[in-house]
Amino acid sequence: MGVQDLLFWFFSAAMLLCGVLVIANRNPVNSAMFLILLFINMAGLFLLLEAFFLAIVQILVYAGAVMVLFLFVIMLLDIKEGARKPVKKLAVGLAAAVGLALSAEIWLAIQGPAAPAGAPLHGGLKEVVKQLFTNYLLPFEVTALILLVAMLGVVLLSRGREVK
Amino acid sequence: MVGLDHYLLVSGLLFALGLVGVALRRSALVTLMCLEMTLNAANLAAVAFSHYLGRAEGQILVFFTIVIAAAEVAVGLAIFVALFRQKQTVSLDDLTSMRS
Amino acid sequence: MSQVWVILFAPLLAAGLITLFTRRSQGLSAALSIGAILVGFGCALQLFAALGSGQPLSPAPIQWLSVGPVQVEIGATVDRLSLLMLLVVTGVGSAIQIYSLGYMKGDPGLSRYYACMSLFTFSMLGIVLANNFIQMFIFWELVGLSSYLLIGFWFERASATAAGIKAFLTNRVGDFGFMLGILMLWSYAGTFDFAQLQSRLPGLHLEAGVLALIGLLIFCGTVGKSAQFPLHVWLPDAMEGPTPVSALIHAATMVAAGVYMLARVIWLLAPAPFALEVIAYIGGFTALLAALIAVAQNDIKRILAYSTLSQLGYMVMAVGLGGDLQAMFHLTTHAFFKALLFLTAGSVIVALHHEQDIWKMGGLRQKMPHTFAAFLIGTLALAGVWPLSGFYSKDEILLLALDHNAGLFVLAAFTALLTSFYMGRAFGVVFLGQPRDRHAFDHAHESPLVMTGPMLFLVVLSVAGGWFSAVPHFLQPAAAGAEHSLGLQIGLLAIPALGFLVSGLLYWRGDASDAPLQRALGPLHRAMYHKFYLDEIYAVLIRYTQDLVAAVCDFIDRWIVQGLGVGGLSLGVGLVGRVVNLLQTGQVRTYALWFGFGVVVVVYFSLIG
Repeated sequence: MGVQDLLFWFFSAAMLLCGVLVIANRNPVNSAMFLILLFINMAGLFLLLEAFFLAIVQILVYAGAVMVLFLFVIMLLDIKEGARKPVKKLAVGLAAAVGLALSAEIWLAIQGPAAPAGAPLHGGLKEVVKQLFTNYLLPFEVTALILLVAMLGVVLLSRGREVK
Repeated sequence: MVGLDHYLLVSGLLFALGLVGVALRRSALVTLMCLEMTLNAANLAAVAFSHYLGRAEGQILVFFTIVIAAAEVAVGLAIFVALFRQKQTVSLDDLTSMRS
Repeated sequence: MSQVWVILFAPLLAAGLITLFTRRSQGLSAALSIGAILVGFGCALQLFAALGSGQPLSPAPIQWLSVGPVQVEIGATVDRLSLLMLLVVTGVGSAIQIYSLGYMKGDPGLSRYYACMSLFTFSMLGIVLANNFIQMFIFWELVGLSSYLLIGFWFERASATAAGIKAFLTNRVGDFGFMLGILMLWSYAGTFDFAQLQSRLPGLHLEAGVLALIGLLIFCGTVGKSAQFPLHVWLPDAMEGPTPVSALIHAATMVAAGVYMLARVIWLLAPAPFALEVIAYIGGFTALLAALIAVAQNDIKRILAYSTLSQLGYMVMAVGLGGDLQAMFHLTTHAFFKALLFLTAGSVIVALHHEQDIWKMGGLRQKMPHTFAAFLIGTLALAGVWPLSGFYSKDEILLLALDHNAGLFVLAAFTALLTSFYMGRAFGVVFLGQPRDRHAFDHAHESPLVMTGPMLFLVVLSVAGGWFSAVPHFLQPAAAGAEHSLGLQIGLLAIPALGFLVSGLLYWRGDASDAPLQRALGPLHRAMYHKFYLDEIYAVLIRYTQDLVAAVCDFIDRWIVQGLGVGGLSLGVGLVGRVVNLLQTGQVRTYALWFGFGVVVVVYFSLIG
């Protein structure tokens, strides 16, 4: 248990740090990189939570596909470093306030009595998949449809006005 | 001993970070990235619940969320590309045609 | 018993039928109207005959309105007082409606005329028969409406419509006080019914001031309807209407309604001596004022109108002196001879092709002997010459004044002198001497029977109406009259004698003119001719107050309603809009921030709060 706790703290800290860096960076490419790191740390947390399938999927899809897409677009649009515009102190202050308030609320909300715990799902991938293909079959199929629609939409949107 | 509330706290903090990022960043792309952060935070919370409460639904939710998020990012980026063609910028400050 | 309802509703039925169906057929309309009132007269006679049998005559009332503490019914009081008025209204009304056939011959609006006349008859009978204040008030207003319709009958004439409006508005002022009095009485006694009020009044132990106020407020109705000072200004203008209308409404019946009402509720006024005093003085003053004005008028109808005003003043004064019996007596006889005088005047007017200026008449004795005789009888009756009816009724009032208030007696006696003077003047200028307008004179001829017949009927009544003190005796068989020496009564004859003497010297000759009188009175004569400028004073007063009210209303409308209200609202909305506008920066980041705030709030309330 001790190792797992340590790993938890490590992954969490790293993740949050990466998150801060995503926001704070001027260069979008740097932000993207830090986001990838964040996803990897997230995958680590998933592993700790024994959601192995999801951890793999996280890396494959998020870090592998989504972020690559991000970087492609950044390169395509040739986005330079953001200009050095003075940051409005008020905006930062307000945003920080919001963030802090939210965090505090979450912390307060957790203070309540714990929910009843069931038998921990130890690597129950079989269980998950079984649910997926029986109870949640419809959403499963629908997501396929959504992906198709998204693909079509993307093609349409990025075609622009070249074709007369 | 790490319990559910720790994971939830981390998730909350990440979510807050994402929200702050959306409010602060000028570039549309980075804003989108921060949105992804928030989504991930929710995913973390779901998985944590799934683990500690012994229910499969959490992981299933995350599964779907990841898929949808991927689709969403694709479409969003396509929009930004199209927008860039029109306005030559992705700075949110310049995209104010919805201003009253 | 149901005859009472027949009397009341037959004219209404006639009016309705004429308005709806027989507008085209003048003859049918006239027949309907005259038939209805004759039926009423017949039923009234029947009721009169049944009086001696001792049966209760009043039919059961109909419950009309019942809202919580407010109970109003439509009822009919048939007692001696109302029966007297029934006979007068239907009798004189029948005569006048028959006369109208001749007077209004050829008028295109004849059907409308008869419809309005029937409506008037219905309304007047409603007042007479009312057994509670609300019913009386409703018919009070209806009578005012009929009067308005008939005054403005020849509506193509602007002066006629103006006169109609003037009559209605002036009445409204009086009716306002009347209504206040009714409501005040109701607030104390809880009922509108006359009989109930009369029985409850002593038990209420109202203080003198309250009783006087109620009495005076109710008197306001009389001031308006019976044209007392200061609301008398509408009656002379009402002469714009056809002469039969003037005879019926503005001499015999409607204007008398005020006096009738006072007699009806005399028990209300009796315990308020202050109110009675005010009433007496207003009546006396009106009598004098009107008589003075009549002396200087040149339009024959105006002379008669002011004479009516004067006689109404007498009646009101009599009520104020506690003599409601004497007032009703004079009301009855006045109805006879004043209607007669108006009908004869109408006869003259129509013969001379609607000429009304007495200085264009003259010498008509030769051409219109019947009319001449009728006018003479009417004049003598009005002046109070023995043995005609006016002598008895007027003397009763004079003696009443003598007994109670010497000042008012002097005033009344002087007014009687003036009465005989101006009537003698009118008589002389119109019928005696030489014709002044040869052309009109040549065309003049006596009126047809349809007009002279009713005049004859009224002549008989004017002569015999006062004999045996029939009316007061009829109203209260048990009461004993005050005793006055015969010498006093004969002495009172000196008044009309003197008046006729002076007017005869001035006007009963070929070269009669107003010049000597004008020389004698100087500027006073001019003031009398101009009705003492009261109309002009009122016009200025009204314009002043109206301008004031209009200015206030304008201010309120412009600045408060429009400025604060509408403008304020639009300004407010604009302001709010502009504030909200500030939120719409078009910046996604700002929206995200607001979103974040919202999330914080929602999370607080859902998870923690």
